[in-house]
Amino acid sequence: MRYVDKTVVGLSIAFVVLLFADFFMAEWMRFIGLQSLARGAVALGLLVLWRTGLVSFGHALYFGIGAYAAAMLTLVGYHDAFFLVLAGTLASGLLAFLLGFLLRRYRAIFFALLNMAFSMILYGVIVKTEELGSTDGFSVLTPTFLGYAPQGEAVQTTLFLFTLVFTYIVTVGVHLYLKTTLGGMSMAVRENEIRVEYLGYSAEKVIHVKYVFSGLVAGFGGAIMALAIGQVDPDSMANWNVSGEFVFITILSGIGNVGATYIGALVFELIRTYAFEYAPQVWQFILGGSLLAIIMFLPDGIWSLIDRLRKSEG
Amino acid sequence: MTVVLEVRDLQKTFGAVVAAKDINVTVNEHEIIGIIGANGAGKTTFVNMVTGYLKPTSGHIEFAGRNIMGLPPRDITNLGISRSFQVPQVFTSESVFDNLQMAYAITEASGMGLLSPLYNDERAARVDSHLKRYQIAEYRNATASTLPQGVRKLLDIAMAAVSNPTILMLDEPTSGISVEEKFGLMDIIMEALRQDETTVLFIEHDMEIVERYVSRVLAFYQGEIICDAPTAEALVDSGVREFVIGEEYHRTRTEAANGQSNGQEGDDNA
Amino acid sequence: MQELIVILVDGLVFSSYLFMVAVGLTVIFGVMKILNVTHGSFYAFGAYMSATLIGAYYSTDWPEFGGFLAIFAAALVVGVFFGIVLERGLLRFLYHRDEHIIVLATFAMFLVLEDVLLIIWGTDPYFAFEPMTLLGSVDIVEMTFDVYSLTLICLAVVVGLGLWLGLTKTKWGKLLLAVIFDREVSQAMGINVTVVFTVTFVIGAIMGALGGAYIAPTISVNPGIGVEVIVLAFAVVVIGGMGSIPGAMIGALLVGISRAAAVHKFPEIELFVIYAIMAVVLSIRPEGLFAPAQARKI
Ligand SMILES: Nc1ncnc2c1ncn2[C@@H]1O[C@H](COP(=O)(O)OP(=O)(O)O)[C@@H](O)[C@H]1O
Ligand SMILES: [Mg+2]
Repeated sequence: MRYVDKTVVGLSIAFVVLLFADFFMAEWMRFIGLQSLARGAVALGLLVLWRTGLVSFGHALYFGIGAYAAAMLTLVGYHDAFFLVLAGTLASGLLAFLLGFLLRRYRAIFFALLNMAFSMILYGVIVKTEELGSTDGFSVLTPTFLGYAPQGEAVQTTLFLFTLVFTYIVTVGVHLYLKTTLGGMSMAVRENEIRVEYLGYSAEKVIHVKYVFSGLVAGFGGAIMALAIGQVDPDSMANWNVSGEFVFITILSGIGNVGATYIGALVFELIRTYAFEYAPQVWQFILGGSLLAIIMFLPDGIWSLIDRLRKSEG
Repeated sequence: MTVVLEVRDLQKTFGAVVAAKDINVTVNEHEIIGIIGANGAGKTTFVNMVTGYLKPTSGHIEFAGRNIMGLPPRDITNLGISRSFQVPQVFTSESVFDNLQMAYAITEASGMGLLSPLYNDERAARVDSHLKRYQIAEYRNATASTLPQGVRKLLDIAMAAVSNPTILMLDEPTSGISVEEKFGLMDIIMEALRQDETTVLFIEHDMEIVERYVSRVLAFYQGEIICDAPTAEALVDSGVREFVIGEEYHRTRTEAANGQSNGQEGDDNA
Repeated sequence: MQELIVILVDGLVFSSYLFMVAVGLTVIFGVMKILNVTHGSFYAFGAYMSATLIGAYYSTDWPEFGGFLAIFAAALVVGVFFGIVLERGLLRFLYHRDEHIIVLATFAMFLVLEDVLLIIWGTDPYFAFEPMTLLGSVDIVEMTFDVYSLTLICLAVVVGLGLWLGLTKTKWGKLLLAVIFDREVSQAMGINVTVVFTVTFVIGAIMGALGGAYIAPTISVNPGIGVEVIVLAFAVVVIGGMGSIPGAMIGALLVGISRAAAVHKFPEIELFVIYAIMAVVLSIRPEGLFAPAQARKI
């Protein structure tokens, strides 16, 4: 086939460039990069939901489950990153599958808030559980990679490499999925569920599949985050403002392209890091202000800028 | 004649409103039936119940010998009853092509097929020939929300017809369409459906359209069917004239039409 | 038995508190279909303003009971100011946008206001116990309750009744109901929807601020109270059915009494009993207990 998928090409180039960059990046850059990839993955899950017309104000639930599942496994002696991340991802996916039976019946703001309610239940459970360090959380030991136990800076380099590979696979996978019939049905469900039902398919089923999917990638992001910062705690993993930040990233990125979520996550991470470092008194002000500015002046997110650039080039 | 749809003793109430009362209808294969009745008479409710959108309070609905009471619209669609809507139900912010492509994709794909790409050349060809058949090919790339009312109605009906249903129920296909355009629109629809030998029930307020296209009429009044008869007979029925048509309808036209609509007779369930 | 009464009284006080903070949210949602996260800021600003004004009042030697006026003044000032500024300065530009986007815009505004609050009042807690000490306490079945908290029940009843009468018996209320029922039609009928929106938003804001202002004497007013309250108010409103005032009342009672029961019986589940109720109610009645009727679709 002569047809080339520009998004896949773009993602592949970014992947290769970052792969090499991994060996030259400063530690703080890699740290920001890791967090962006982790949050970007969650935003990717939200993008899939958003294309279906649904927004979740509670995806910290799956992020938190992914992070805590991975972290708790290290407490009982498992240290392999492949296993931890897989377990975190599947744990979230399973929960999304179960809750999906209920949530797929809801739309609009009800869907958004019911998600928030569930995420707050998780938050409440964690805060009340002494064994998990309550509000302080606990630290996560350095992972190994299929028997390889890196030391010093190599830990982060390896983790970045690991994260990059899986993020690449997940993202290209999502992109291809969105082009299938089932993936494309996002549009149909968002635009007109009655029509979907009268064409002979269950809109709820479509939503359920997408919901499980978004749970899986959010869990993946959470597990990566736990390993990246070596620590889990309820306030930065499961509280409602964490969910809000994910939605923020999704708005920032726009839902035009899967790759944009990582750019959005990176921008978010930079705003947050610098606001927190240089203006700790007003960092929420800056965060909220940027969100407002995007909503008002860049309604389709960063991706629309890129689109505009491309169009003006001809 | 083969019976395809049999409705017995259907009732539906919304609180104090009786939207359907003792509805009994038998529909034969290849019939073209007109449903008439004033606003609020229960016509849409009837379609909603047969297609599973509303659950009847009581009664029986059988399609091709199978009880379909309680099935959701998607299952009934897959069995072979489709419908169009008084207010077109389309994917508003998408192009006409994408609307129909999605209709084909959902109709055709099942199981692992759902994971094959949405677009493929054969499907696109089918979409294009369907567009031609409904004479909306010139709007192929227009966004559904920008379409003129008549084209949007055609798109809605075309989408309902994608699955090649045994029965197609059309809810007011010509409402909101100017008098000059109505016949053209109905010609397109009926010609397309005739080719597929689809059984058609359509809701219509314009008696000239009814006379021209249908062989049998169901007249609704306050949730009841007050007349179920061949068109010519129904249009002169006193009850129909009093409760449905009103006095402004002229008898002469009815007589003129008598000659051509005598061909078929519906089962009577009076 | 004694425990039951304590739970009931505690529950009623807490329910009244919940109703006070939820009712403004539900009024705004009912009319404007906006889920307003800045409601938490109204509450927090109301509390801070109230604590400040109460402090200022009791540093004069004016009559002691006048301190209550400070509470209502705080609510009015905060509600009117933020209500007008936010609705005219921000929300009206977003009415045509997706509902989620509007929620996020109010979330963004909430973040901004959180820091504004810190800039004005700093991180140290404020106390304004005077009105509470003034009213003293009573014993109910050998348990001591402070009278001020009990007056909260009266306030909730008055506000609830006032809104209900205002909606059903006044000309303004009827206009409002018309707008709720069908925005386009009321516009066509010559109702000035723009003004209705602004007034509704201001009323909602005053309610939110009043919740904070009235509660201020009973708590330590510190940063973070806005977050707490917004999450609680959401839960109450969603349980009761968004946009319904009786719904907010029932939702508040349900949540308030269950939480009081949890506090006395199973303190470990106190934190999430509210969300558990919300999840259960919504799974049985997706639109909440008293959701206003939906228009039919086809
Ligand atoms: N979902 C519903 N809820 C409440 N009442 C309904 C509903 N659907 C229909 N009705 C009522 O049932 C009656 C019949 O309506 P309908 O079938 O739409 O009439 P028609 O299509 O003949 O104009 C009307 O009184 C209408 O108000
Ligand atoms: Mg109708």
